[in-house]
Amino acid sequence: MLDVTHPRTAPNHRLRRTVGRGLLYAVALGVLAVIIVPLAFAVLGGFSSTGQLVVDPVSLPDPWVTSNYLETLGSPNFWKQMGNSAFIALVTILLVLPASSLAAFVIARFRFRGRNAVYALFTLGLLFPVAVAILPLFIVLRQTGLLDNPLGVALPQAAFALPLSIVIIRPFFQGIPRDLEDAASLDGCGPLRFYWSVMLPLSRPVMSTVAVLAIVTSWNAFLLPLHVLIRAEQWTLPIGVNNISAQYSTDTALVLAYTTLAMLPAILFYVIAERQIVRGILPKGALKG
Amino acid sequence: MTTVKERETTGTVPARPRRSLRRTPWPVVILFLIPALALYCLFVLYPIAQSIRYSGYDWNGLEPLTQWVGLQNFIDAFTEPEFLEASSHNAIIVVLSLALQIPFALALAVMLNQQLKGRALLRTLYFAPYILSEVVTGVVWRQMLRPGGFLDTTLVSAGGESLVREWLGDPEVVLYSLFFVISWKYFGFHMILLMAGLQTIPGELDEAAAIDGANWWDTFRYITLPLLGPTIRVSIFLSIIGSLQLFDLVWVTTRGGPINASSTMATYLVDSAFRRGQFGYASAVSVIVFVLSLIVALLYQRFVLRRDLEGALTGA
Repeated sequence: MLDVTHPRTAPNHRLRRTVGRGLLYAVALGVLAVIIVPLAFAVLGGFSSTGQLVVDPVSLPDPWVTSNYLETLGSPNFWKQMGNSAFIALVTILLVLPASSLAAFVIARFRFRGRNAVYALFTLGLLFPVAVAILPLFIVLRQTGLLDNPLGVALPQAAFALPLSIVIIRPFFQGIPRDLEDAASLDGCGPLRFYWSVMLPLSRPVMSTVAVLAIVTSWNAFLLPLHVLIRAEQWTLPIGVNNISAQYSTDTALVLAYTTLAMLPAILFYVIAERQIVRGILPKGALKG
Repeated sequence: MTTVKERETTGTVPARPRRSLRRTPWPVVILFLIPALALYCLFVLYPIAQSIRYSGYDWNGLEPLTQWVGLQNFIDAFTEPEFLEASSHNAIIVVLSLALQIPFALALAVMLNQQLKGRALLRTLYFAPYILSEVVTGVVWRQMLRPGGFLDTTLVSAGGESLVREWLGDPEVVLYSLFFVISWKYFGFHMILLMAGLQTIPGELDEAAAIDGANWWDTFRYITLPLLGPTIRVSIFLSIIGSLQLFDLVWVTTRGGPINASSTMATYLVDSAFRRGQFGYASAVSVIVFVLSLIVALLYQRFVLRRDLEGALTGA
């Protein structure tokens, strides 16, 4: 396939195909190595001693040390941060899912004056990163007493997740046949009932995509929690990882163990929800093979 | 963003007359929009508006807003070498991303589009760094790249001693090291986007070209590339926006150092506000970042069809 060869060159065809194939695999595996090596380094580094990492960071752990992982797993801070991250992610999707689906429902299914303006207003939000709004957000949160409060992270995060969520959900809602609505309405089904009993059950795939994207974004968020969560017991995992890596900068093995355990949930989540994550950025039906 | 008129007539909702011309159920519309609009106004629009307001003041973030300075903060920013340096770093990252990262992602997308054994697994693994947090990415790579670390040791044992640099410590090198790490994390995202675009190109076209005697390069150049245009433009757009707003990875890996050699507009603004207490000035910087993003988006709107972006992000 790489060499779309003209039939007349057939004698060379097989050889060139084989060489091309070999080259392809070589490149593919080379790239794979660049992806895997840093991750393997982190996992294995956690099993090494810091002394060994200083002298020889490349070799396999010798001897294998479990104390770094055990120390991390035994640290209340680690679990506290894990819990905080999970709680904030949960609150974020509990806010994003209803808010974005209700809005997308109205925008997709009703004709009203200002509908396009409302939609445009939300799409404009695709351009706002938290970084642009961090200073006034900080002030707003300080004024409302939400600094150092998980809600101070979850609420703005949910708000910033709305544009993408609405943009993802709206076409899906639009695609649900109008006849269904007419039939439901003949049966005396009001808009709220229709949204709840017909639209939502039909939209499970798209809603799971939105949820998964919001969870990943929330789990990985750094800038906002860094400035909002001040006391150590409020920190999320990324803040904890950043802090450990600065505070124990000389204890490389511990830093790597902590980092590895912190990225494990994200990787597990990716294994479980790969389709939803990938679907979130792809046109429908594009995911094959 | 949307020209309302145009969408009214050509809009996505078919213009066929509704069977029942019910009046707009305003209570429902308003009630359903309230949660999203409230959240959005309070935590997105209001802060952005406040940024614009703060940008006109000399303000440390604590005292009442009294020192109105007009456009002085903007003038200061545009004459401040540190800010100009930071924005030039963003520009370099944009250029490198477009010149190297996207072509690389495209090459891999084309490659994985072949009948390759294990390509599903390769795709999954290439994409994996995208779901890691930038903090984790930064911490791991800082260890990889530290002096005498994994990379240096590997280079030395492979006989490439002369190639060893202070990857994150040399002002001449640090930005390129960061660009490499950014590409490590994000090329999979662009690759997936482009693979999806490739799969919409009918295979018959390639076959027809082959029968007409087109070689691989001609097929790529005259069939694949043009048909992939919309997807490539989405990739470019997202890459530019992402590069303009780069923060987490840089902050964790180098904090913008050494001596600002890897600063970005976002690290500069956070530094100005939270370390130096120049909230008014930092707000002006955030307005500049936002306006730049807006200009990119408007140019994109102007030259590229709107459905490009919608198609890619929405599953429509």
